[in-house]
Amino acid sequence: MEDYKPPDLPSPFNNTTPPPTLLTQGAEAHLYKTTSLNPSNPAALKIRPSKPYRHPILDRRLTRQRILQEARCLAKLVREGVSVPALLALDWEGHGGEEGGWGGAWLMMEWIEGDVVRVVLEKWEAWMKNNQASLDESQIEREEAQVRGLLKKMGAAIGALHKAGVVHGDLTTSNLMLRPFAGADGAGAESVSTEGDVVLIDFGLASQSAQDEDRAVDLYVLERAIGSTHPRSEPLFDELLLGYRESYKGAPSALKRLEDVRMRGRKRSMLG
Amino acid sequence: MASCLETISVPHLPSLPVHVALYRDVQNAAFLKGQLLAGNSEFEYALIDASMLLSRAHATAAVFRAVNDYMHNRLKSRNVHSEIVFSFNSTNNIAESFRRFGIADSTKDLLVVKVSVSPEITHESVAAHLCATVQGTSVPFDDQTLAEVHDVNKIKRVYKLGALPSPPKATDLSNGTNDELRQRLENALLAAIALRGS
Repeated sequence: MEDYKPPDLPSPFNNTTPPPTLLTQGAEAHLYKTTSLNPSNPAALKIRPSKPYRHPILDRRLTRQRILQEARCLAKLVREGVSVPALLALDWEGHGGEEGGWGGAWLMMEWIEGDVVRVVLEKWEAWMKNNQASLDESQIEREEAQVRGLLKKMGAAIGALHKAGVVHGDLTTSNLMLRPFAGADGAGAESVSTEGDVVLIDFGLASQSAQDEDRAVDLYVLERAIGSTHPRSEPLFDELLLGYRESYKGAPSALKRLEDVRMRGRKRSMLG
Repeated sequence: MASCLETISVPHLPSLPVHVALYRDVQNAAFLKGQLLAGNSEFEYALIDASMLLSRAHATAAVFRAVNDYMHNRLKSRNVHSEIVFSFNSTNNIAESFRRFGIADSTKDLLVVKVSVSPEITHESVAAHLCATVQGTSVPFDDQTLAEVHDVNKIKRVYKLGALPSPPKATDLSNGTNDELRQRLENALLAAIALRGS
């Protein structure tokens, strides 16, 4: 076993009972589960710890800039009614460590129940593989229709995001969640339930933009992600684009741009 | 008189209990405001016009923001209690925040908040002092009571959220879509409080 110890929690979360539990860790941030200000509601706590190898002034400035970028995008999307986790609290110059100095920034968000779409699709693909032999054509069709419905909802959610003037910057099936409807029973008799709302998460690389190029790159990145991780779902990607096309007025021109992006890849041609 | 002083232990802030009491039909708002302006330290409370409060979560978000800033010596105003009033504001103007959220001579519905920043401040001491000084009807501090008291249009105007669809009046709270609109407005307020000064 590796003996990894995450950095100390910034104040006041070093006094939280029960202590926040670490869920995942990325290069820039740690994600914890804790409670919101109302102890009966869970919350997600995203912490961007200080990076001791950086010059302290630069470190603060970068961390502050990035956490605020994320928080502002979330706030804007909440106002526009896009389905994203609500921003509950924020500190862009958090205090941590023993000496009470700079300890990184944190952001508290609404907790979203459910699985990420990656897990939903993985479960579905595994189920299809195991049951392929016993399914007749109409059952397979029904299963695919179910997943088509999910992809369409994803397209609509991304459309709503772009309509609000925000691009995600890192759209993958791990950054989309399927939140079951309140009170829904998870254990269905069918393969995998695709009932619920699609919620977009992780705006760590998001920015405010209304350019077709940025929107098309969002879609392209997701298309590539689905193609490489969910081969069986890939042929259904058109359904996502359909859901997207219908979701806002600027969608057709972003989709047109997507064709250019597919030809050349994510990186824009070098200028100058 | 039975007092409804509630002591909230905010998760993450175990060492600083927060005492809150909601009053209706307050008769002596002008007196309370006078004590505040005179700097009488016995009246060091956050006195908030309850018509500006959407919900409990709205109020606790501002309290949390102020107490967190207090713990890290980042207060922009005189003390943690004035900072609570200031925290409700979405801009950095302290005087404006008191005009908008603070007690006024005409205030009828009032939220009183006191943070236990020193060991002498206990539930009993605050309850006794409020009982003796606030002339009003003590009511439970919950979303239902606030819904009877608040002015959603005024709240939206102050937070510049006029474009948001209004949740309907308190009379028909049961409907599901209404809940959604209220939640969306609440989330927008929480974000505004969190981002102030950024």
